[in-house]
Amino acid sequence: MNELVFFINNVVVAGSVTGSIYAIGAVGVTLIFSIMRFAHFAHADMMTFGALMVLVLTTAFPEVGGAVGLPTAVVMLPLAMALTALLAVGIDKGFYKPLRAHGVKPIVMVIGSLGVALILQGLIRLFAGTRAQSLYIAERKEIFRLELPFESVTRPIIVTEPQVILFILTLAAVIGLHLFLNRTRTGKAMRAMSDNPDLARASGINTSRIVTITWIIAGGLAAVAGTLLSLDVAFKPDLSFFLLLPIFAAAIVGGVGHPYGAIAGGFVVGFAETLAVFNWAVLLRPLQQHFPDWLELPRNLAFVGTEYKIVVPFFILVAILVWRPTGIFKGKVI
Amino acid sequence: MALLEARNVHGGYGGMNILNGVSMAIEADEVGVIVGPNGAGKSTMLKAIFGLLAVNQGEILLRGEPITNLSPDRLVHRGMGFVPQEKNIFPSLTVEENLEMGAYIHPQRFRPMLERVYDFFPPLKDKRRQPAGELSGGQRQMVAMGRALMVEPSLLLLDEPTAGLSPLYMNEIFARVQEINAAGVGILMVEQHAKQALAIADKGFVLAAGQNRFTDTGDNLLNDPEVAKSFLGG
Repeated sequence: MNELVFFINNVVVAGSVTGSIYAIGAVGVTLIFSIMRFAHFAHADMMTFGALMVLVLTTAFPEVGGAVGLPTAVVMLPLAMALTALLAVGIDKGFYKPLRAHGVKPIVMVIGSLGVALILQGLIRLFAGTRAQSLYIAERKEIFRLELPFESVTRPIIVTEPQVILFILTLAAVIGLHLFLNRTRTGKAMRAMSDNPDLARASGINTSRIVTITWIIAGGLAAVAGTLLSLDVAFKPDLSFFLLLPIFAAAIVGGVGHPYGAIAGGFVVGFAETLAVFNWAVLLRPLQQHFPDWLELPRNLAFVGTEYKIVVPFFILVAILVWRPTGIFKGKVI
Repeated sequence: MALLEARNVHGGYGGMNILNGVSMAIEADEVGVIVGPNGAGKSTMLKAIFGLLAVNQGEILLRGEPITNLSPDRLVHRGMGFVPQEKNIFPSLTVEENLEMGAYIHPQRFRPMLERVYDFFPPLKDKRRQPAGELSGGQRQMVAMGRALMVEPSLLLLDEPTAGLSPLYMNEIFARVQEINAAGVGILMVEQHAKQALAIADKGFVLAAGQNRFTDTGDNLLNDPEVAKSFLGG
């Protein structure tokens, strides 16, 4: 039974963690696409920027968290979200809005966002250096060990404090987004603009205000995802390198322009990654006695090595584009 | 004073004029119908009125005030509603959300107007929680017209509201157009089904090659042998 706990720790918990982070990132990518019709390649760097803001604020006020009983990084998150949203709106005003005003093709916007990504990466390295830094500065990462009430189980299920916070925040973000898109006038106007921008304009919907709100939401969510990843592991200036492909894969798997699809896609990609690097030999070893003698289990039986994890979203991306280009939910085909 | 008056309108896309001097006028309680062969500039005229393409020469007046080249959203504020021929709904929004977006600029009028629109189009009330994109062609047209009615327009512009609909739905839509008109909304519509449309028209405008060919009451145009021969298929 310890093998099952190993599976829960390495696949169920780890997959949910990765999946949540990809889901929140992919929602931003898909919202931006559905309103502005371009793939925002600087999104992963916005996530890194959000995490950097949390790092800066946590370094400046390391004791704040102790006062309220939460990690300081989490207390600083709302402020970092606001700063990242501000950055997103500023980038739009400075780079994307002039391009839109010229009525450029989407590909020009995509290349523009690639430029923005390089600028952000450079700035982040300039201020944060290149090494990994923990967001836990004055406190220690709390680890919860859940002992299972079975005699044959000696190992506990391990969940860390940032992971618990991550699940709560992901749930809150998904519910909040759902209520916003379906219950508020602005959220409905956003969906209307995604459906039919000309008719939205003819209905008197202020489309440039919707664009600004989209950036605020996408920027805020990017800060959440980047911070949660940095809390779980550590802050690194090149986080975006490992995030960009999976969040785009998640958005496309779910159906581009479909927020719920992006959430589903995030978990699909997250679990695919963890299942692919999981050592299946651990689960099969107890069954060794039932195997014929000539079949000996190797020590490691994973589909791909951990260092090649990044090929998994790549493979999913190719597979989905070949077999189901509109994604799980029917998305907008470019 | 006429509700809508267009005087000698010239306009088109990218410097090429499609309209070469079109004039028309309808009163507040009238149904105006624009008919004519393909490429005559019927839909173009409607788009010119709603500010969707540049008017290079001539003048358009709404209740005597010039509205030439005003943007569509300003015209919505001035009481004009426009139903495009295609892409005239928000397909992933529910029927009721479509109507809510119609009332976007006057949220406080949403509830009372919703009841009125449901009175005009009872089928929509049953389908109000369904995505508009899942409805049949005729019901989608109802959603499109309902959305435009949500701002209580004094003038409703309809671009081929019966295009692609079965004869049954066509008659249904024409009956609704008359009802909406009776409720005090001036209507200007472009129609391919010229005979049926002129039958409900107070004023008919026959366009050809971007110019007025005949302008008269609907009945007179229907009974004019020359119009019948050239434009109504005998």
